[in-house]
Order: sequence, then C-alpha cells, then structure tokens
Amino acid sequence: MNWISNYVRPRINSIFSRREVPDNLWSKCDDCGAMLFHREIRDNLNVCTNCGHHMAITPRDRFETLFDGGVFAEIDVPEPVADPLHFRDQKKYPDRMRSAQKSTGEKEAMLVAHGEIGRTPIVAAAQDFSFMGGSMGMYVGNAIVAAAEAAVEHRCPLILFSAAGGARMQEGILSLMQMPRTTVAVQMLKEAGLPYIVVLTHPTTGGVTASYAMLGDVQIAEPNALICFAGPRVIEQTIREKLPEGFQRAEYLLEHGMLDRVTPRKELRGELITITRMLMGLPPAIHGDLPSPDETSTSSAPAEDSETK
Amino acid sequence: MAHYLDFEKPLAEIEGKAEELRAIARQSDDPMDVEEEANALDRKAADMLKSLYKELTPWRKCQVARHPERPHCKDYIDALFTEFTPLSGDRNFGEDQAVMGGLARLNDTPVMVIGHEKGHDTQSRLRRNFGMARPEGYRKAIRLMEMADKFGLPVITLVDTPGAYPGKGAEERGQSEAIARSTEACLSLGVPLVSVIIGEGGSGGAVAFATANRVAMLEHSVYSVISPEGCASILWKDAEKMREAAQALRLTAEDLHKLGVCDRIIPEPLGGAQRDPEGTIRTVGRALKQLLDELSGKDAGTLRADRRRKFLELGSKGLAA
Ligand SMILES: [Zn+2]
Repeated sequence: MNWISNYVRPRINSIFSRREVPDNLWSKCDDCGAMLFHREIRDNLNVCTNCGHHMAITPRDRFETLFDGGVFAEIDVPEPVADPLHFRDQKKYPDRMRSAQKSTGEKEAMLVAHGEIGRTPIVAAAQDFSFMGGSMGMYVGNAIVAAAEAAVEHRCPLILFSAAGGARMQEGILSLMQMPRTTVAVQMLKEAGLPYIVVLTHPTTGGVTASYAMLGDVQIAEPNALICFAGPRVIEQTIREKLPEGFQRAEYLLEHGMLDRVTPRKELRGELITITRMLMGLPPAIHGDLPSPDETSTSSAPAEDSETK
Repeated sequence: MAHYLDFEKPLAEIEGKAEELRAIARQSDDPMDVEEEANALDRKAADMLKSLYKELTPWRKCQVARHPERPHCKDYIDALFTEFTPLSGDRNFGEDQAVMGGLARLNDTPVMVIGHEKGHDTQSRLRRNFGMARPEGYRKAIRLMEMADKFGLPVITLVDTPGAYPGKGAEERGQSEAIARSTEACLSLGVPLVSVIIGEGGSGGAVAFATANRVAMLEHSVYSVISPEGCASILWKDAEKMREAAQALRLTAEDLHKLGVCDRIIPEPLGGAQRDPEGTIRTVGRALKQLLDELSGKDAGTLRADRRRKFLELGSKGLAA
C-alpha cells in the first residue's frame, strides 16, 4: 500500500462478506495445469506464472489492483424489480440468485466504482463472470446506466471490463432490452465528449458483445479471451465444419480488425492511464515514485504510473 | 391452406373430409345430401378453428409466428407501399438479401422501409438466408437509416428473423459490432422510427431494427431474448422442453404489452395471418399510418429523447404478481 490509503479511506459498502482464501492454498492453472500458490497467482493478477494464461478475476480484486492504492468508492446501482417475469425453469430464478450471491459474496454481476488510476479520475465498471455467467439483466443495465451517469457527473472517462455469457434468460425480453438501454448509456458519454474504453475479458459473448461491449472508443482485449456473438459450438452445428485455430479469440479479432489492442493484464493499468490521459488532454503520467500528496494538490498534477504498491 | 401446424391436425382432418365429400358430390347424381354433410363439417371446422386460436399457448404462438405462409416483409412492401425502390449493399463488403430496404411511399409520403425477409420457397429462402442477417445486412440498414435521417424521411422497420446468422464469416466481419451499431443508429435518428414485429423477433437481430419510437406486434408474433428451443437446451438441458421455455420467457405480444416493450398489438384474422394475408397486411397498413401520425410534427430532439426515455424506463416494472 502506498501513501494514498492513509488519507483516502476506502468506502466499504458491500453488504456481503468477502471470501477470504488462505495464502498457502494451492490452485491449479486451468490451462497448463501447473500447481501454484494462491498468493503467487493473486500477486500476478490471476495470470498463471508458468504459462501466462489469464484466469478469471473478480471485479473487486481487479479494482483493488487497478485503482491507486486499491482505493475506490463503490457507486450505488438502483435495484431493479426482482424476478420480473416470475421465471421458473428447473429452479426458481430467486433461488438461482440467492445461490449466486452466496457463492460470490456479491449482490449482482456488475461492480461500479469511482476512483483514480495514476491520479486520473475514472469510473470503472466490471462484470463478474462468476455471478450467473456475468449475465446481463436489468441490474447490469442499471449498473451501466449508473456508471455512465457518474462519469458524466464527474466529467471523467468510463472504463468497462466485460465478461459475460450473454443476456440473462431468466429476465426474458427485459434482459434483451438492456441492449438498447446500455446503448443509451454509451450515447450519454459520447454526447458529453467523454472517453469510453472497453476491456473485453474472457469470455464476452452474445447480447453483451452486440451492445455496450463493442461500442467503445478504444477496444482492448485480454489475451486469448473468447469474444463472439454466436458461440463456436452453435456455429459448428450450423455450418457443419471445423472452425480455424484461435477462432473468436482476442488475437483473431485483432487480426480481423475488430479490436484496437490485445494487452496482457499486467500492462493494462499503465496502458489505460496513458490512453485516458491523452483523451482527456492531461499531461503524461510520471513513471516512478510519487511526490508526497501535499506538494501536488492541484488537479493538473502529473500522475504516477508506478507499480510501487 | 396447404400447411397445417401440428396442433391444427384435427382441423386438417375435418377440412380434408369436407373437401373429399365435395369431390365425391361433384361426381355423384345426387349431390344434395353430401353437400349438407360437408356444410356440417365446415361448421365444425370453423368452431374448432375458433377454439384452437382463442387461447394459443406461447409455444403455439411461436409456431404461428414461424408459419411459412405467413405474410413476410416483401408481401407487406408490395401491398402497402408504392414506388418501392430497393437500395442495396453496405458499401463495404456485400449485399445481404436477408435484409430488404429502400425508398418507398406510404400513402404518398416518402419513407425508408427496412425489414428482414425470410423467402417463400426453397430458392428464395436460401437466397434470403431464412431471414438471418449477416453484418452486411445490419450495415446496409445503418446506411439506409442515416440516409433517411439526412433527408427527413420516417423509417419503418418490419422485423421477422430467427436471429442474426451464426456463421464463420459473419463473426469474422463483426456480427456483434454491426448489431450494436445498428441499435445505436436507431437511437440516433432524428426522424420517426416505427417498428412492427410481423413474425419472429429473434434476439439481438431484432433489437437492431426495433429500437424504435413505437414498437407494434402482430397478435401472434413473438419477440424474445432466445428461441424457446435454445432456452430449453440451456436451462432445461433438453431442447424438447420448448413449451415450458416459451411459457417462461413471456414472449407473446400480450405479455410484452404488459411489460411496456410493445406499444400496440395489431389483431390478426381468426386462425392467424396465414389464413388471410391480405386482411392482415391491410390492418398493419392502418396501424402504421396511425403510429406515424402520432409522431408527426415532433422535432428531431424530441423524437430522440422520446426513444431514449422509452428504453431507459423499460424494465422498471415487471409482471403483476
Ligand atoms: Zn498455466
């Protein structure tokens, strides 16, 4: 932790308790199978230290390493009508919700926060794939609208980390309507002249890619992330042929002109600082140690881009 | 009727029997008593049709919405519009015939009309890709919407698609980006945008056209985030549970009207649009005129704000408990 946590108190308003994992537990990389210390993976932002595979990271863990000093203020998201369709498949929707809340310790599939990255104020929104596949229902729609409104209010960029299997079927047409709804949110940013940066993480598919996740001013993806509208299995069933190696992965999309960049998670923070500061017309970030806060209290102060935490 | 749906089989039997009797009557010396019997069968068939269609289950509505003899986009354009001038291509990659669009007049007023076309026989279905658009289709639609905006022409979209095409090339050329941009184009229009779901409103492929000031649905059309079969195979792990899924998804015009997604339900003739395509098309024509009248005289800013408000507010209410 650097000095910033001493004068900005983190606001903790999650009503659910966080999961704590002891540091000495082993986990297995889902790609190469290497056994790694939980702590080792966590310190490496959930990227395998053996093969570089990017594993899922929760919005909260991401924000703790993204924001300066791990400090961010959660932005309240209006609660939608619960179970609007009284949806029931093999389970009742409210039961699925409860079990997702219990296993993730989160209220819903998106976390929105305001804070600084490299002394650059931003609003960030991150989707939680571990919460019902990150699916986009009314809450996620509300979260994106709230994030856009907060960005407009603070006159700062919105950085959105997407991860979702698609729309939340249990909210039927109302989940589909989040496509136009979140597009309205993107338009608010556009009209306010504020940057909207999308970081696509594994996996981002379905209605989510066909709305807010593809409308960024800058489109960045994490390595090897699956990004598609229709999933590879559906396509194989439709066209009855084998798909090429790497099809619908981040690098493949980059090659086909659908992305600006593919950036490893460890380099992402620095890159986001660089891009947002240029788009906001701010001076370049300072690399290295920060001056003490008293000397740099004006808003035009240079930013830090150090990994000194 | 050449094509009966599975739940119409008892009806098909009765109608078939009546037809047979009449065929016999034509060859017999005393057609009178046969004719009486045939008339009785006709009455029975009419009653059955009425009771079958009085309360269609959501799954049956899906079947009616997909009926091959239901009027399609081209039928509406041919019958309702004059001087239709098709415009082609996305100026980038190709011309997608799953989407038709062009300049036309509706009651003499110039408009831009855009819609999904499924085709009516094997050849045209293949050419139209069963109404499943590729990125070029959405990009053509964007181009036409922007042209309409530039020249102040109202836009009418006719939605009838199982969904966007899930293919290799479509993905490579940015299916999701094309759909997202098309939705964005709908929201940006400074001219009235009226949309009618005439058959299937399949997921994102439908939203890309239906992010409109007014969304109307034909009585037996459906509009859903996923097909009942797709939903069933994911949530029930059994595609055969499509009846349950159709029920749970709330995809009928009636439910969508309650949820505020559909502004107006356009009634269909007894037995569905396929039993009286001309009548259905005329009713849709009248509805289109009324919906456009409601929006006429509004300036660009008001129309955009109206559309934006409509979609921002969606989802603030669920179905009553
Ligand atoms: Zn590994």
